[in-house]
Amino acid sequence: MKYVDEFRDQQLARQLAAAIAAEVDPARQYRLMEFCGGHTHAIFRYGVQQLMPPNLRFVHGPGCPVCVLPMARLDQAMAMTREHGVTLCTYGDLMRVPASGRQTLLKAKAAGADVRMIYSTQDVLRIARDEPERQVVFMAIGFETTTPPTAVAILQARAEGLKNLSFLCNHVLTPPALRAILSLAGPEGVRLDGILGPSHVSTVIGTRPYAFVPREFGLPVVIAGFEPLDVMQSALMLVRQINDGRREVENQYSRAVGEVGNARALELMARVFVTRPSFEWRGLGFLPESALALADDYADLDAERRFPVTVEASHEIKGCECPAILRGLKEPTECKLFGAVCTPDNPMGACMVSSEGACAAYWSHRTHMPSSGLNR
Amino acid sequence: MTARSRFSARLDLENGRVDMSHGAGGRAMAQLIDELFKQALDNEWLSQGNDQALFSVPPGRLVMSTDAHVVSPLFFPGGDIGSLAVHGTVNDVAMSGARPLHLAASFILEEGFPLADLARIVASLAQAAREAGVAVVTGDTKVVERGKGDGVFITTTGIGVVPEGIAISGDRARPGDVILINGHIGDHGIAILSQRENLGFETAIQSDSAALHGLVADMIAAVPDIHCLRDPTRGGLATTLNELAQQSGVGMRVRETDIPVREAVSAACELLGLDPAYVANEGKLVAICPADRAETLLAAMRAHPLGAQSAIIGEVVEDPLGFVQMQTRFGGERLLDWLTGEQLPRIC
Repeated sequence: MKYVDEFRDQQLARQLAAAIAAEVDPARQYRLMEFCGGHTHAIFRYGVQQLMPPNLRFVHGPGCPVCVLPMARLDQAMAMTREHGVTLCTYGDLMRVPASGRQTLLKAKAAGADVRMIYSTQDVLRIARDEPERQVVFMAIGFETTTPPTAVAILQARAEGLKNLSFLCNHVLTPPALRAILSLAGPEGVRLDGILGPSHVSTVIGTRPYAFVPREFGLPVVIAGFEPLDVMQSALMLVRQINDGRREVENQYSRAVGEVGNARALELMARVFVTRPSFEWRGLGFLPESALALADDYADLDAERRFPVTVEASHEIKGCECPAILRGLKEPTECKLFGAVCTPDNPMGACMVSSEGACAAYWSHRTHMPSSGLNR
Repeated sequence: MTARSRFSARLDLENGRVDMSHGAGGRAMAQLIDELFKQALDNEWLSQGNDQALFSVPPGRLVMSTDAHVVSPLFFPGGDIGSLAVHGTVNDVAMSGARPLHLAASFILEEGFPLADLARIVASLAQAAREAGVAVVTGDTKVVERGKGDGVFITTTGIGVVPEGIAISGDRARPGDVILINGHIGDHGIAILSQRENLGFETAIQSDSAALHGLVADMIAAVPDIHCLRDPTRGGLATTLNELAQQSGVGMRVRETDIPVREAVSAACELLGLDPAYVANEGKLVAICPADRAETLLAAMRAHPLGAQSAIIGEVVEDPLGFVQMQTRFGGERLLDWLTGEQLPRIC
């Protein structure tokens, strides 16, 4: 496959691995956090960690939109189907995420709720057009990557005058989450030497929003593509920054990411959304200005305002280490539930659901990844 | 008086629709069976007109298998639910090394389903059965109310006879054995996905749906001591390898670069966030045989039209945990685990 195979070339991988092995200082540790689940997935799927020297470890970050969605938001969506009889549309990964009381959208669907798995926001518009008698709610989730398509769908719904479509916005922002992770300093926090920055998110927001990382936290950042060679080249760039004592934002993924991002997408987002004062993240708690809600001009399309529900306080399943894993403090294998009662077939925590979740990635590659303890 | 003259007017196969009377046991049902099913499937057993087919069986061990077909959409590139219902069950029977003898077919029809579509499906089923050399010797039809089915569901049951000296079973994989496949993986799943309206995704990929018993016959003629045969349908190659590994209490190692995947299937999988190893096939088989017979088996497979792209993809290894590992194109190793849930695309 053109434009794909080039970034998975075995020969180049060997050369990069050799370069990294030659340049790492055996006397120090290189703890590199990949923020995105897309990187986590690539690292496991292609066996990138095995190609690294033993003192270079990837620490898995919270950049999996399914994993950081708090239970309360799922409870809220399910309450909307129960109390208001809405048709709830969402992306497939969300169907199996455990909510309160071991409920999932999949189970709610089996029990009679009208929950539909969609592939794109255009499917949601089509359902709303085709079934005018149904109240359709799109449960929008994701980082900045999936936010512009939601903005477009909102504008389209307004333009078409679709009265039976509304949006339950759970879109979250990357920089505040990164700041939260890095702010957990001291013995409580994760020890890191560098950050592999998001690739798809950065196509939208550009490289500038990461400037606070070197400035305030003294850590180098390399914006990295999602293909395995991208990850390896970015690791090499981070090793060089660390060795040279440089603390900069570098851009490995220059074929898609610029300094200022996608102006059109950012303009759409600014028009349709406002930043919430605070939003709950699974594992990270309530983070200020870390998520988006529909702007007042679009209040009539806001499902939270159209279908008010009350949800009780939610509790994580006892023993589930997703919060610590999402902060990079623990490895999945350090969770008592991992592999015993929590597997992809029967996930207890969100990190076991999506293929971008650290637990699911560990589970799928469990023969090869001994716990290193290096990331503590 | 012939059977057909019992009915005042012929079935309207152009504009007619299935209604509840077609399943009620009365004249309308008899007419549907006579004019549509018997007409297409015509054979000596069906025309006995009994509720069961009476036939003698050749000596040997009989195998029996059943398969329900609920595919959506009903018509897809390279086949439809009719041909699939024959191939699915013929293949399940054939994976024991058996020669398939007869099929039974039962149809669950939804009220309102166009008779023209039903006729097309039955004709396709009949043609697939004829090509496979098996007869549909008995059948049943039921009708459910509109909204209680999805057009048509077909369950087929097949029997076959296993030749002397053949002992193919999922628990016979042994460390050192070689793993083969008869061609490109993932064609069926991608052909189906490309037709789903909510994907709006067009490709030239055709389903690989095919009856494999002819290929199996050639394979056991060349290498009677084949240890395992299985068709990697739902859950794809990865799931089948895991089933065989678990049943035999062994591990497996396969090489990604040796597994045949069409460029278009790879590209579609890339776009949809799918892994071809988990995508369904309907005309593929995985064979496991002793290492010293592997080249002979490969040659026999390649000599058959349904095995021209056959390849050796890996080996059986000792592993009490039953892991299936894949050496990736990239040079790393990864576990090919069981499929979890549905194969869902990633969201970012």
